Amino acid sequence: MKKTVIFGALTAAGLAAGAAAAGTLDDVKARGTLNCGVATGLVGFATPDANGEWQGFDVAVCRAVAAAVLGDATAVEFVPTTGKTRFTALASGEIDMLARNTTWTFSRDVDLKFTFVGVNYYDGQGFMVPKDLGVSSAKELDGATVCIQTGTTTELNLADFFRVNGISYEPVPIETNAEAQQQYLAGACDVYTTDASGLAATRAAFEAPNDHVLLPEIISKEPLGPLVRHGDNEWGDVVRWTLNALISAEELGITSANISEMSAGTNNPEINRILGTEGTLGEMLGLDADWAAKAITAGGNYGEIFEKNIGESTPIGLARGLNAQWTEGGLLYSPPFR
Amino acid sequence: MSDTHAQTVAFVRDTQLPPSPPPASEVGLVGWLRSNLFNGVWGTVLTLLSLYAIYAILAASLPWIFNGVWTTSSLAECREVLDGVRGGCFSVLTERVNQLLYGFKYPAAEYWRPNLALVLLLVAALPVLIYTLPRKLLIITALYPFVAFWLIWGGTILTPILGLAGFVAGYFVFQKLSTSSFGAGFFGAVISAILVWTIGGWLIPDNANANALLPYVPSRDLGGFMLNMMLGVTCVSLSIPLGIVLALGRQSDMPIIKWICVVFIEFVRGVPLITLLFVASVMLAYFFPPDSNVDLFLRVVIMITMFSAAYIAEVIRGGLAALPRGQYEAADSLGLDYPQAMRLIILPQALKISIPGIVNVAVGLFKDTTLVSVISMFDLVGMIRGPILSAQEWNGVYWELLGFASLLFFVVCYGISQYSQWLERQLATDHR
Repeated sequence: MKKTVIFGALTAAGLAAGAAAAGTLDDVKARGTLNCGVATGLVGFATPDANGEWQGFDVAVCRAVAAAVLGDATAVEFVPTTGKTRFTALASGEIDMLARNTTWTFSRDVDLKFTFVGVNYYDGQGFMVPKDLGVSSAKELDGATVCIQTGTTTELNLADFFRVNGISYEPVPIETNAEAQQQYLAGACDVYTTDASGLAATRAAFEAPNDHVLLPEIISKEPLGPLVRHGDNEWGDVVRWTLNALISAEELGITSANISEMSAGTNNPEINRILGTEGTLGEMLGLDADWAAKAITAGGNYGEIFEKNIGESTPIGLARGLNAQWTEGGLLYSPPFR
Repeated sequence: MSDTHAQTVAFVRDTQLPPSPPPASEVGLVGWLRSNLFNGVWGTVLTLLSLYAIYAILAASLPWIFNGVWTTSSLAECREVLDGVRGGCFSVLTERVNQLLYGFKYPAAEYWRPNLALVLLLVAALPVLIYTLPRKLLIITALYPFVAFWLIWGGTILTPILGLAGFVAGYFVFQKLSTSSFGAGFFGAVISAILVWTIGGWLIPDNANANALLPYVPSRDLGGFMLNMMLGVTCVSLSIPLGIVLALGRQSDMPIIKWICVVFIEFVRGVPLITLLFVASVMLAYFFPPDSNVDLFLRVVIMITMFSAAYIAEVIRGGLAALPRGQYEAADSLGLDYPQAMRLIILPQALKISIPGIVNVAVGLFKDTTLVSVISMFDLVGMIRGPILSAQEWNGVYWELLGFASLLFFVVCYGISQYSQWLERQLATDHR
C-alpha cells in the first residue's frame, strides 16, 4: 500500500516535470502571462514602488520577455523569491524564468540543471572604507576588521584575496546587508565588502555618502544573468535572444524614442532583421516578426534600462564599467542577428 | 493602702490620647519615596541609576520622535528638512502605511473589505471570549469564517456558501447518528461534508469569479499586517480544538490512537517551524502537477496550525495531569460516559488551568507568523525587509519601520495577555 502511494507520487512528480519540460513557450502563450521570479526587494534591481508596480533592472528583463512573447509588457506575474527559494521555484515549474541577480557558476549551471541564457550585469566583489581611514587600495588593508556576510561566496573570495596578498584581517560576521550597514556606520568594522553594485546602493543610502569611498580593487567575478530550466531549449532561446536584442539595440542605436521610425525600415540590414522588417528571425523563434521591436519598446534598449534603474542619474549611481558595450571597452557583446 | 492610693494619685486619665500623626517622613509622598525609592544606601543608588537610565532613554528618543518628519517623499528629503537635527523620518510610514497594513498588491479600492472583516471579527469573537453572553450568539461566530473568507478573497459567493453547506450537512448527520454511537456520527459527518463539497464543486462554474460582486483577490496579493492577523487568528482558532483532541488522544487507552498522537506531537515539536514552512513552500510544489497548485496561504496555515496544535496539546496535557484523580472517578461514579465526563467535568477544569500556557503559545504563534517572510510572503516584516527597504527613496530607514511593526505587534499581544488575565480572574473559583 505504502509503496503504491510513493510510486504514485513519484509518477505524478515525473509527469509534472515532463509536462513542464514539454514547452514553456506554449505554456506561457496559453496562460497569457509570464511567471517571472524576481528578488523580494533589491535596490535598483527589483522592487515594488508606492503603487505596487514592480520596477528595476531585473524586472525590465522580465517585461521585455513578456513583451516579446505576449506583446504586452504588463502580462507578467512577478513571483518574489528569496535566495533560499529561488532555485526550487524554477525547478518545480512555479516560474518560467528567474531574473534575480543570480551569479552564473559552474555548479548552478551543471549540477542544479539550469541554463544561464546570458549576462545582464557583470558584478564583482568590492570594498568600501570611510574616507578618513586614508586608504586608497585594498592591499593597504593589513590588520583591518572586515564586515562580511557569512555563508556567501564573498566570504571565500575575501579569504583568498588576503591570503594571496599575504596580509591579515579580522572578519566581523554579519547576516544581512541591513545589519552590515548599521555595523559599518557604527564603526564595528573598518571595511565592508560585498558585490560592488550592492556597495554602491548601500553607500547611496548613507547620510553622508561622500565620506566613504569604494576601493578600485574588484576581487571576484560575479556575472549575473537570467536563467531557465535545463532541457527546454526553445524557451531558453527566446529568453537569450530577447536579452541579446536589448543589448544589440543599444549597440545599433535603436532606442525607445526612435524605434517606431526605424521599424518603417532602415538602410542597416541588421537593424531591419532585429525589428522584423527583413528576414524571418521571429518565425524561427516561434514568435511574431516584430517580437524584438516589442521587447525594446517595453523599457528601451539595454543602455536606457541601465540608466533608468541603476545608472549615474539615479541615487545608486553605478558607472557602466564592465557593463559598457564592447565597442566602448566593456564586456557586452551580443552575437549577431543573422 | 487604698486610701493612700486615692490621695497620692491626683489625676487618673479615663480617655486615651488621640494618636498623633506619624512623623512627616513616614507618610505621604515623602514616606512613600523613603520606603520605596530611597530605602537605604543601595536602594538610593539603584533609584538614581534607574532615573538616569530613564532620562537617557527619553532624552534620546523624545526629540527623535517630536522632530520627526512626516511629509517628505524620500529619505534624502527628510535629511534635507532635518538639516542635521536628530529626528525620525516618519514620512515612510505616511507614504507606505497602506502597504504595511495590506501588502503592496491588495487593490486599494477594496481596503474596506479587510477592515470590515476585522470589525466583524471583534463582534464574532465576543461570544467566545465573554462566556456570560447568550449562547445563541455563537451562531454569529460560526458564520464568521465564511463571511470573512468572502470579504477578504472576494470572488463568487458560492464558494463560502458551499463550505458552509458542507459543515451544516455534517452537523445534521452527526446529530442523527451520534445518538447511537459517537464514531458513526463522526465518520458520517465527515463523509457527508465531503460529499456536499465534491458535488457542489462540480456545480460551481469555472468562471464564477469573473463577474462576482466583490472582485476576486488571489492569495498571493495578500500582505502586510493583515496577513499576520489572518494567519494568527486562523491558526490559533484551529489549533486549540486540534490541540485538545491531540491531548485527549495522547491519554487514550487505545494504543493506535495514543501512538498516532504521541508520534505527531513529538515529531512536530522536534522540528523547527521554519523547516515546516520551507516544506510548505518549496517541497510540496514538487509533488503537485504545476497547474493543480494548492494555495500557498492554505499550505502555510496547515503547517503553522500543526505546529501550534502540538504545543497546545502538551499545555493541555499538563492541565489534565494537574487534575486530581478523584475528579475522573467522580465523573465515572455519576455514570457519565467518556464524552460527557470530558465535556462536563474534566475539560472545563483542565482548560482553566491551562489558560496561561495556551495564551503563551498563542502570543508566540502570532509573532511567529512573521517567519513567513522567509518563504517570500509579504507579511509586515516581509514588506519592510523587501519592497520598502529596497525602494531607492527609503533604503536606510530602519528604526521608524521596525518601531512601527513592534508597536502593532505589542498592541495585539498586550491585548491578548490582558484578556487572559481578566478571564483567569473571572474563572477563579478557588479560595486564596
